[in-house]
Amino acid sequence: MSKDNIVIIGGGIAGMTAASRLLRLGYTPIIVEESDHLGGHVAEWHKLFPDMAPAQDIVQRLAEEVSAANIFLSTRVLFINRLHDTYIVMLNNGVSIQAQAVLIATGFNLFDATKKEEYGYGIYDQVLTNRDLERWFTTGDDPRLNGHEVKRAGFVHCVGSRDVKAGNTQCSKVCCVTAIKQAIELKEKFPDAEIWCFYMDLRLFGKKYEDFYINAQKDYGIHFIRGRVSEVSEGLDGRVIVKAEDTLSGKPVKVTLDLLVLMSGMVCNATINPIATSLGIDLDSDGFLRSKDNISHIVSSGRKGLFLAGACTGTKTVPETIAEANSAALDIHLYLTEGK
Amino acid sequence: MEFGFKLSPSSAVNLDQVDLSLYERLAAIEPDLRICMACGSCSATCTAAPFTGMSVRKVILDLQRGKEKEAAKMLSGCMLCGKCTMVCPRGINTRHLILSLCRIYGTKAKEEGK
Ligand SMILES: Cc1cc2nc3c(=O)[nH]c(=O)nc-3n(C[C@H](O)[C@H](O)[C@H](O)COP(=O)(O)OP(=O)(O)OC[C@H]3O[C@@H](n4cnc5c(N)ncnc54)[C@H](O)[C@@H]3O)c2cc1C
Ligand code: SF4
Ligand code: SF4
Ligand code: SF4
Repeated sequence: MSKDNIVIIGGGIAGMTAASRLLRLGYTPIIVEESDHLGGHVAEWHKLFPDMAPAQDIVQRLAEEVSAANIFLSTRVLFINRLHDTYIVMLNNGVSIQAQAVLIATGFNLFDATKKEEYGYGIYDQVLTNRDLERWFTTGDDPRLNGHEVKRAGFVHCVGSRDVKAGNTQCSKVCCVTAIKQAIELKEKFPDAEIWCFYMDLRLFGKKYEDFYINAQKDYGIHFIRGRVSEVSEGLDGRVIVKAEDTLSGKPVKVTLDLLVLMSGMVCNATINPIATSLGIDLDSDGFLRSKDNISHIVSSGRKGLFLAGACTGTKTVPETIAEANSAALDIHLYLTEGK
Repeated sequence: MEFGFKLSPSSAVNLDQVDLSLYERLAAIEPDLRICMACGSCSATCTAAPFTGMSVRKVILDLQRGKEKEAAKMLSGCMLCGKCTMVCPRGINTRHLILSLCRIYGTKAKEEGK
């Protein structure tokens, strides 16, 4: 067992995967997680694209794998000071840790859909976010959906992404395929429903994502309309009226729906910024933490003993997050064994 | 008195009112119809297109928007050469689709006594 202390900030998929690897390498990492549970965002999801694997499976498996780590839940890092080759990590529960390496794995935030007021989130009951729908798939309980039969539903892509005015020029990468995943799940629950996806581009870059799209078109009859939704209003019957341009026909299009799902994007989680910047990590142009470089050193901060993994450096899928976390664990091990 | 105003009919597509019956009838025998991704390869390669305005992509889109007449009208601009089928990246048998559509539209028109 190594005596080196490694502090992992964030107990999402990234933090847990790295902790699991470090345990196997003989370390006892310390996970500091702000919320009262491990798993991060994935703990809220129902099924994961592209294979529709239950999200709880991976969260539970990782939670078991890291049970031997030191885990602080509902705990925040107040500040970190550098002392020669170590970091003094001060927690808000009064504990201070002298660590030889620190891994930042604080993930992302979901874009706050109320900022796009024209889409009516928080104003109309029929407008949900991707997160609300995932939760409803998991819990089966949402006052806005309870007891309702969904006959006509729409998905709005790129909510808060690719949007200079919303302050996010980046593509969130996971929401096109998430919309398709959720549309399929919704169609399975309501087989007679008509479902439309409003997209600007369909970005289905990952393994089997395009097959998923073909599946949605062919087996589930989901309609795809190329055009960004411009506004949403409420009709007399309490349903929502959605307006967009059908850019392929060059005509305005409108449709009345009883459920509209906004695909909120992945944006940076700024809570870690003061600590990160105090240690010399810059922010990239998209607001996420800047890696040493974006090709071969994504998990490196460029600072000795300070590593990054997962969605804190940009939008990531679960497999990408896992790959980075494994790679960060190995880099930490090499850093601690090969000399600082 | 002439004020210079006139009422123009709205060209907006209202998805609440589109009639998809022809689209669904065609999709029942040509299920690949649903996987068109509007790439336009078919129209780009079509020898008839520059002369007749033929476009398989537009035919499919018109059907999806319930514009039966526009879709049917375009069919007469096709010479069934099959080039579009060769280029479709989604592997849709577009030539066969055109023939099936001709058949269904003809039967449907007869049923409706047109
Ligand atoms: C709607 C939606 C659906 C998705 N579905 C899929 C899918 O099906 N398949 C797939 O591959 N990917 C999916 N993703 C992407 C997936 O959610 C991310 O890849 C994954 O969550 C990234 O993990 P992470 O650990 O880096 O970050 P997170 O999941 O954000 O975890 C970060 C953790 O750090 C904690 N934390 C944050 N700040 C602090 C702090 N200052 N101090 C202490 N702790 C802190 C947080 O509480 C959280 O537990 C989806 C994304 C969205 C938005
Ligand atoms: S993945 Fe799709 S929905 Fe998400 S931001 Fe990119 S283009 Fe928009
Ligand atoms: S079959 Fe018809 S639509 Fe296809 S390329 Fe030939 S003329 Fe054009
Ligand atoms: S080539 Fe195929 S996929 Fe592309 S528009 Fe034509 S029919 Fe659709």
